[in-house]
Formats: sequence, C-alpha cells, structure tokens
Amino acid sequence: MADKLHFDLVSPERRLFAGDVDQVVVPGEEGDFGVLPEHAPFMSVIRPGAITVMNGNETEKTFIHGGFAEVTPAGLTILAEEAIPLSEIDADKLAQDLADAREDITAAKSDEEREHAEALVVKFEAMQAALAA
Amino acid sequence: MASLKDLKTRIDSVKSTQKITKAMQMVAAAKLRRAQEAAESARPYAERMGSVMANLSTTMSGTPGASPLLVGTGADDTRLLVVMTADRGLCGGFNTNIVKKARERVQALKAEGKSIKIMCVGKKGAEQLKRLFGSYIVDSIELSGEKTITGSTAIMIGDKIRHMFEAGEFDTCELISSEFVSVISQKPRAKVLIPAKDAIDEGVERPDLAGAVYDAEPDEESILNVLLPRYVDTVILSSLLENVAGEMGSKMAAMDNATRNAGELIDKLNIIYNRTRQAQITTELTEIISGAEAL
Repeated sequence: MADKLHFDLVSPERRLFAGDVDQVVVPGEEGDFGVLPEHAPFMSVIRPGAITVMNGNETEKTFIHGGFAEVTPAGLTILAEEAIPLSEIDADKLAQDLADAREDITAAKSDEEREHAEALVVKFEAMQAALAA
Repeated sequence: MASLKDLKTRIDSVKSTQKITKAMQMVAAAKLRRAQEAAESARPYAERMGSVMANLSTTMSGTPGASPLLVGTGADDTRLLVVMTADRGLCGGFNTNIVKKARERVQALKAEGKSIKIMCVGKKGAEQLKRLFGSYIVDSIELSGEKTITGSTAIMIGDKIRHMFEAGEFDTCELISSEFVSVISQKPRAKVLIPAKDAIDEGVERPDLAGAVYDAEPDEESILNVLLPRYVDTVILSSLLENVAGEMGSKMAAMDNATRNAGELIDKLNIIYNRTRQAQITTELTEIISGAEAL
C-alpha cells in the first residue's frame, strides 16, 4: 500500500488542509470510521467531534462541528462548518463557556434563545469529550 | 468677478475634498484586498459543495419524496427576488446597476404573469427599490451591523429564505447580486437559488466514480436534507463576499476619478486666481503711473 490518501479539509471561510496523508479517522453520524487510501466511494454526515489525521508518525486532531465527509476515488473531502485544532482549545475557557451557555438556557426568554443556548451546550460538551479522549 | 479671497477659499475647500476622496480611495483599496482574499478562500468550500450536490442531485432528483428545496414545489407562480446591494453609497454605479438588473427582472417576470416578492439585502438597494416597487418588498436586511461577512450572516439570510419557502410564500427564488469580474469591472447577474436542481451548474466537475456506487450513511435522503440548506447558505455567502469585493473595487475606481477631477478643478481655479491677481496688479500700476504723469 504505497499510495497515500488525498485529504481536503475546508470550511466556509477558508481551506484548512490539503495534502496527502496515511489515514483519517472521522466521527460519522452512525459511528467513527477510518478512511485509508482507495476507500470505496462513501459519504456521511459528521457528528460534532474530533477527526484524527495520521501521517507517518504524526497524528493531529481537529475538532469539527457540523459537516459532511465525502470519499471519492480522488480522496477524502470534509466540508466542515467549523473546525478548530484541538491544540488551540483552552480547557479552562471551554469549561467557562459551557457554564455560561448552561446559564443561558435557564435565563433564556424566548424559545429561539433557548434553542441557541442548547445548541451551544451540545457543541461545548462535544468539545470537552474530544479533549478528554 | 469673484474676489481673490473668495477664490482662495474655494481652492482650499476643493483641496480638502480631494484629501478626503484620496483617503477613501486608499481605504477602499485596502478593504478590496481583504475582500478578495475572503472571496478567494471561500471558493474551495463552495466548489466542493457544488460537486457533492451535483452528484447527489443526479441520483436523487428522480425519486419521489425528494426535498422541494431540490426539485421545487412543482409550481412557478410566485418568485422571490433576493437583491443584494451594498450598505453604503459613494461607490459609482455599483448599487444602481444591481437595482437596474432587478428592475429588468421584475418587468420580465411581470410580463410572464408571475407574482413577485422582493427581499432586499443591503441598505442602498432597499432605498432605491422602495421607491420603485415598494409593494413587492417583503423583507429587508441591513448589513451595517456586521463588520465582516461571515458564515453566520449567510446562515441568517438563508434561514429567513427557508422559513418563507416552508411557509409556502414563494415557489422559486432568484438571487440578484454583482459578479466580480475584475477590480474595474463588476457585472450584475441573476441566478436561481431555489429549486437547487436548477442552480447546480451543469459545468460542475463530477468526480469519476469508476462505475462504483456511493455508499451513504445514514442514507442519501437524510444527507441531502442536511446538505441542501447548507448549500443554499454557501451560495449566499459566496455572493455576499463577491458583492463586498465588487463594492470596494467600484468605490476605489469612483474615488480615484473624484480625486483626479478635484485635481483638475484645483488647476483651473489656480489659473483664474493668478489671472485675477495679475489684473489687479496691472490696474494698480496703471493708476500709479497715470497719477505720476498728471503731476
């Protein structure tokens, strides 16, 4: 297996990664899956969580919130709504944000505000889970 | 004839105007670079999204129960025009050209007997359209609160459009905005947004699956349901970004012209000023000489 997997990670604002890697592990809606070179064509919705990019001896984790993965013979493309490298997440600040968002749920005046705060809590919890793993 | 003092004041005032237009031109140039970068970096996402959508839509559009966002409601009676302009003026014909395009579309659609609804994005277009087609306008969104255009701006607009669509307020939707051809050329254009099937460019490159069939997780329909709204947002975002770049390009050109015009005006006024001064000196000299001769 000499070939490498071509991997693109793009968010609406910019292209975050483009290059050849050995393997990418993606948290799919129905469970994590690993993508190796010459994977069969496949597409999946991504649940909030960290993707793991493995290249040689290096592994890099990036938190993805909301997105979509597509595997074609040409490689893997992840369209992420939000992507933050795990190394850039500050655990203390995250805990603070999570507490704030939880407060917002109880303090919310309208359904819209509550939904917004609940979505934030889900996102921050997923980030914490990804950090702990 | 204007006195010397009047002329001097005029020259000074034109000079300060020139300084302002010059500053505005430089600001627009800096903002243009940033806007171009933003539009550029958003492109890969939009492209990939386009090709994924093209793929899915070919497999999905034949099936019954496909999302109306993709195949349309089946009717084409009411059309929503989303007109995107800038929030500020002083950028040449930028806003006017977009409004002109919108007016053409409204007239063409009216001739076809369709009913029309207009959603304005950007203050300047809303002002001009209110005079022309006030009764058609259903919503208008201002962007001045946002410092930079981000994904969330597009999602906000996309949500509004989708809510209206789900409530059955329109059948098809069209986006009128400016296409960024180059720094000195922006072309207004109209493109279909809903149904998405018609919006997907036929020229989009489809990945070669080598005869294989996509495996989808959970299944194609739910993926499409997640993806479609996002596709709409992506199209809106790239139009917004392109619009900002166009606005800045247009503003830069307009301010460059204004600076040059002010320069010409200053030159002209200076000549008048010098002539007047000389005439005055000559008159004074003649008076002194003739006074001396009389003695």
